[in-house]
Amino acid sequence: MPGKLKAKIVAGRHLPIMDRASDLTDAFVEVKFGNTTFKTDVYPKSLNPQWNSEWFKFEVDDEDLQDEPLQITVLDHDTYSANDAIGKVYIDIDPLLCSEAATVISGWLPIYDTIHGIRGEINVLVKVDLFNDLNRFRQSSCGVKFFCTTSIPRCYRAVMVHGFVEELVVNEDPEYQWIDRIRTPRASNEARQRLIFLMSGELQRKIGLKVLEMGGNAVVGYLQCFDLEGESGLVVRAIGTACTLEKISSTLPATATHPSNSSPSKDMKEPGFGEEAPGVPLSSGPPTPLRAQTFSSFSPSKSYSRQSSSSDTELSLTPKTGMGSGGSAGKEAGPLKALLRQQTQSALEQRRVSSSSEAFVRTGEYPFFPLTAFPPGFLLHVGGVVSARSVKLLDRIHNPALGNTRSYKLLDWNSFTADEPETRDAWWEEIRQEIKSHAKALGCQAVVGYSESTSICEEVCILSASGTAAILSSRFMQDGPLDTEHRLSRQPLCVFSTGSERVEGDMGSSASLGFEEVVSPGCGFCHIPYDELNIPFPAQLTYCYCCRRYKVPDVLFTTIDLPTEANVTGKGCLIQARLCRTKKKAQGEGNATVISNLLPFLEYELHTQLMNKLKLRGMNALFGLRIQISIGETMLLGLASATGVYLTALPSPGGIQIAGKTPSDITYEQHISNMQKKINDTIAKNKELYEINPPEVVEEIIGSPIPEPRQRSRLFRSQSESSDEVSELDLSHGKKDAFVLEIDDTDAVEDIHALLTDFPTPAGFYSCNTEIMPGIQNWTSAIQMFTSVRVFRLNASLTSQGLNKIFSDLCENLLKSLYFKLRSMVPCCLCHLNFTVAIPEDELIQVAVTAVAMSFDKEQLLENGKQSGEKTLIKAITENDEQLQFNLELNAETPSPNPLSSPKGLSEVGSHLSARALSVDYSSFADRCSSWIEQLKLKAHTIRRGSVKTTSSMEKASPLPEGRSRSLRSNRSYSGSSVAVVKMTPLSFIPGAKIIKYLGIINMFFIRETTSLREEGGVSGFLHTFIAEVFAMVRAHVAALGGNAVVSYSMKECVFMENPNKNQAQCLINVSGDAVIFVRESELESTSVQTQSATTHTSNGAEGT
Amino acid sequence: MSVELDVFVGNTTIMDKEVYQLWLNGYTVNDAVKVRIEGGVMEECEASAEVLLSDTMDQYRTFQMCERLLHHPAKLANQLLFQIPPDRQAMLIERYYAFDDSFVREVLGKKLSKGTKKDLDDVSLKTGITLKSCRRQFDNFKRVFKVVEELKGPLVENIRQHFLLPDQLARDYAAIVFFANNRFETGKKKLLYLTFQDFAFCAGQLINNWTVGAVDNMMEDMDVDLDKEFLQDLKDLKILITDKDLLDQHKSLVCTALRGKTNVFNEMEANFKNLSRGLVNIAAKLINAKDVRDFFIDLVEKFIEPCRSDKWTSIDVNLYLTHYTNSAHILDTFKYYAVWTRYMGVIKSCILRMYHD
Repeated sequence: MPGKLKAKIVAGRHLPIMDRASDLTDAFVEVKFGNTTFKTDVYPKSLNPQWNSEWFKFEVDDEDLQDEPLQITVLDHDTYSANDAIGKVYIDIDPLLCSEAATVISGWLPIYDTIHGIRGEINVLVKVDLFNDLNRFRQSSCGVKFFCTTSIPRCYRAVMVHGFVEELVVNEDPEYQWIDRIRTPRASNEARQRLIFLMSGELQRKIGLKVLEMGGNAVVGYLQCFDLEGESGLVVRAIGTACTLEKISSTLPATATHPSNSSPSKDMKEPGFGEEAPGVPLSSGPPTPLRAQTFSSFSPSKSYSRQSSSSDTELSLTPKTGMGSGGSAGKEAGPLKALLRQQTQSALEQRRVSSSSEAFVRTGEYPFFPLTAFPPGFLLHVGGVVSARSVKLLDRIHNPALGNTRSYKLLDWNSFTADEPETRDAWWEEIRQEIKSHAKALGCQAVVGYSESTSICEEVCILSASGTAAILSSRFMQDGPLDTEHRLSRQPLCVFSTGSERVEGDMGSSASLGFEEVVSPGCGFCHIPYDELNIPFPAQLTYCYCCRRYKVPDVLFTTIDLPTEANVTGKGCLIQARLCRTKKKAQGEGNATVISNLLPFLEYELHTQLMNKLKLRGMNALFGLRIQISIGETMLLGLASATGVYLTALPSPGGIQIAGKTPSDITYEQHISNMQKKINDTIAKNKELYEINPPEVVEEIIGSPIPEPRQRSRLFRSQSESSDEVSELDLSHGKKDAFVLEIDDTDAVEDIHALLTDFPTPAGFYSCNTEIMPGIQNWTSAIQMFTSVRVFRLNASLTSQGLNKIFSDLCENLLKSLYFKLRSMVPCCLCHLNFTVAIPEDELIQVAVTAVAMSFDKEQLLENGKQSGEKTLIKAITENDEQLQFNLELNAETPSPNPLSSPKGLSEVGSHLSARALSVDYSSFADRCSSWIEQLKLKAHTIRRGSVKTTSSMEKASPLPEGRSRSLRSNRSYSGSSVAVVKMTPLSFIPGAKIIKYLGIINMFFIRETTSLREEGGVSGFLHTFIAEVFAMVRAHVAALGGNAVVSYSMKECVFMENPNKNQAQCLINVSGDAVIFVRESELESTSVQTQSATTHTSNGAEGT
Repeated sequence: MSVELDVFVGNTTIMDKEVYQLWLNGYTVNDAVKVRIEGGVMEECEASAEVLLSDTMDQYRTFQMCERLLHHPAKLANQLLFQIPPDRQAMLIERYYAFDDSFVREVLGKKLSKGTKKDLDDVSLKTGITLKSCRRQFDNFKRVFKVVEELKGPLVENIRQHFLLPDQLARDYAAIVFFANNRFETGKKKLLYLTFQDFAFCAGQLINNWTVGAVDNMMEDMDVDLDKEFLQDLKDLKILITDKDLLDQHKSLVCTALRGKTNVFNEMEANFKNLSRGLVNIAAKLINAKDVRDFFIDLVEKFIEPCRSDKWTSIDVNLYLTHYTNSAHILDTFKYYAVWTRYMGVIKSCILRMYHD
């Protein structure tokens, strides 16, 4: 009996009128957990009942605690007939099971009904008393922390990264059971909601067990997906990275994983929180370049995509199609657009062989990481994108073992799914094997930014997996703590600062992998991991434009976030390739064959489009690449989104050259030259727009460590000799920057048109699908998360060409609408733009976007200016403020002449400051401040600010420093409105704020149905309300946990079905995220405003000089 | 091809003030788009008509969803569905409850009944305000009326608390409620020159001085009804015109005071008895509900029109009324000072407010 769950029903409000006669309601509440139910008294004739019930106690196994939700049902008492249900609240009590997360759930939660939506709110209190269970064979995994965030959560540090965990559970979908014919839609929806709650609870518990087995205590980048396979069932699956996390505490000096190290330590009640405990000799540790850190934990929530697996019939496999410069084995020659059909086919063959031969490799061996952002030094090299897809045919579940009893087993899948998950596991196994072998072909041992997804149409299902082949520093995985010592300052130009030298030393340990390098942080990850003589695909290699010592590809595609230490020129932008292909209607196997035949072409074209658009913007790398392929009955949709950037280390992309294949007449030539001119103009314009002006690099620098030109050419030669394809390719790419587009038919002309018609982002807007936009740092605290959904009806039979245009316009128009909607936030950046496409039925295209708009401060200070400004500031304080004088002078007044070392100096200053702050109880500190004369007080604030700025100026560049003194309690009291404000963001951080506690994972699934669609405002009105309701419920549950924000939020599923003729519609939404408590890094106080203006002033001055 | 579904939901609900106003004004989506295009928002933001249409529809939908909450503004603050910053909430409420003076003039003093609502299309035609907007304004009046009708305590305060309205708007609503409750006639031709603000001012005077709440805040009764006892007492003032001596004495006192101070002295002197009879008769009749309704028309007919035809200036009127009121205190046999002051105070300020073209 390891746990006692206690619940108390306090009150209700805004209840609907259930009794027409009296216009009132006689409400009571049923509280159910597992098979136990309690009831409150009836509170008669009120829309705002005050039950104030006793504590209902459930004594349960912790296994059940993890699996089951607490179910609260509000009913209207009726003396003569059956009681009417008003609505339900499901409470996931998982966050209460972990000692470091929430301790109580308390607050107003919306009462939800699947037919009527939100119907009032109920105030509840829920607590859990957990007894320790040391049984080794236990089935529960209480205490394992889950994070949706795809990077190491702030306020934790990774002691060890154990590796990939995955699990799936399968059940019948209640919607497709025979009983569904006789029960009400409400009953059926509720059965489904509850089932999915149970399944995700179980899934999480099972994953937790795996993590415990591996010796970890947390799952990072937890990605759970539902596959609604219709009649063949319902699959819930999840992947994640098992880690051992450690809360940052003072016992570990220099563990500055936390961006907050400099912030007032009282945020957390732990004594001595903060990394530099006083007394730790500061000189002994390496500098703690906090700025880098803050940045490093920005992680994009990787793409959450639908996943599904199929049952038995394996039909045809479409071989993975590698994309990107690191294209997968043999297929699709990445950057050079050199795909030859023969090649594809041979690749197909090859893959079949390999997958069958490797099919028996044990699971658990996958070096996959759903993470997309890493501590600096973790990621050594990036090979390129690897991806795999396979087409499966779903079959009805005919499970003989179940026979007639299965309808009774609805909630008892443990007994009957023994077979099912294995089948599906096998499917994913296959795909993962393939991914693994692609990575190997790229000379990489790991795959990062890994994700899996599915698209289902009727009985055909595409399973996809993709990631980025990479080489990781082995010491991080095995040797222990991810020492933050190796975190590097982010500098505009990488040179060998202290930090990088340390990394260099660390690299020694990676020698075992066959890489012995001196890596500078800004370019190291670009260096090719594969053997250039045995290159897996044709690529043009050059020497790194940063260090000039190692080879880099000409283009780099990845699925991860831009590493914080990367050197980037200019800004980035969202790049999308969109494609729509018609296909014949077909059934079963035929259909699957058609689809698998179409897939390679689809991928190839997407890739070409991406490449063209990248070149058109004068960029050379893609991050956060996510390719989604959706199948419908008569078409296939492909949408590839990524953030393009110009990596300084990579060669400048050449222009696009148009070549007419059949130079027939003069007008044609003219047409081509016109087009060429347009393209050139666009490129020039884009370069200006994105501020891409790479320093002109002299090709060979005498005395540089670059091999002699002769040697180089020899290398190239040998390279070409090694592969026929390459020499063939050299024809088209012999000229240094020629990227030739051949126009040989109208298709190509159309393509180029499409290329040029991409709507430019309006002034003041930037967009990206990664966490943050390279080149923008000074975010303000204004954020606006939003979801937008559009469904488009195609009425005529269209050609692929026409469809393409429509699809592309649809996406463009959606973006335009977003820009317009958010125009008040300018200058701003739409971050983490996550597009999801679906074909809900024939002739319908659905596009859903979730993203966050973040304002930034227009006056971007140059980083150098900022630093020197801060330095000046700190110096000024030191000179003036005797009270607060500590070793500052030494650091601050001896700015090294080398500007590059200044980050180091600064961070030491920061450390001093935070150490100092630590030793002072904050409140007394403040008190003292207030007793000092105004001037001194001001100084004190300045110091706090200064230290914070030093450490986190990258993260928050809010122009308005808010005071730092806001206590947690005051933060939670939310002045101004009676409803707590809860921020939501798909990012892993909140600009201008510090996350001080993770309260647990939010994973909610809702169904909404209506039989009065017109009355609810049509499909748009219906969905609008539903999405707003989902947001409201997420916010309410977060607030009840004591949180004030959701980070890494994502809407993983939005399935919308309508039947306007019957006036009906149904929608399913699944959302997830991490509930957190954040505190503003700055609380506006008049004094600090002054200080701030002073700061700005000084920095401007510094800049000017 | 068509867009079948198009929604945008922000964590913080995005509302454009301009579109909100168009919605409140009862524009259709298409008309609103036209207005916006003319407003030049397109050039400003490089948008297309399509984008504007989508945005407008979306906003309209949001407003429709919010409307339910706006009917009970207090709910807006503690509902969970929309996350709206407090300043935005205040804006939404204030604008939702704002009304057009030309509209309110049409329904002021009418019974807020279904019948009146049916006639709104005429009002709409007459004022040029869309029927939709008329209905909203009418429903607002009615809703406020229904809520405060039952409440005790000061009217303005009740409105402000229940509907979270800013002070001025709450006062205006108090006037509307007060007029509707007492069914003051405001639509007669002779009254058409008066603006809503004139009436609102008068209503404020009446509420503050002539209701039960005006004398005693603790009273059970409410601000919406006139103080019956006071109305009863007003009958006593009749003595000022029935008693010949008193009337003459009053006249001579006033004339003495006014002599030489105004250009229209002769007219004043000549008209004194008429005017005095007029005012006192109004007072004496107020006990009848029917005569209460004619209060304003009586003021105009019995006092304002005669003065105007004699070309009194407002300064003259002020002077006259001041002395007329004060002189009564000096009359030997007149002892209803308190009632007289309470009555004349309101009459004076009302007349002064109403004395314009």
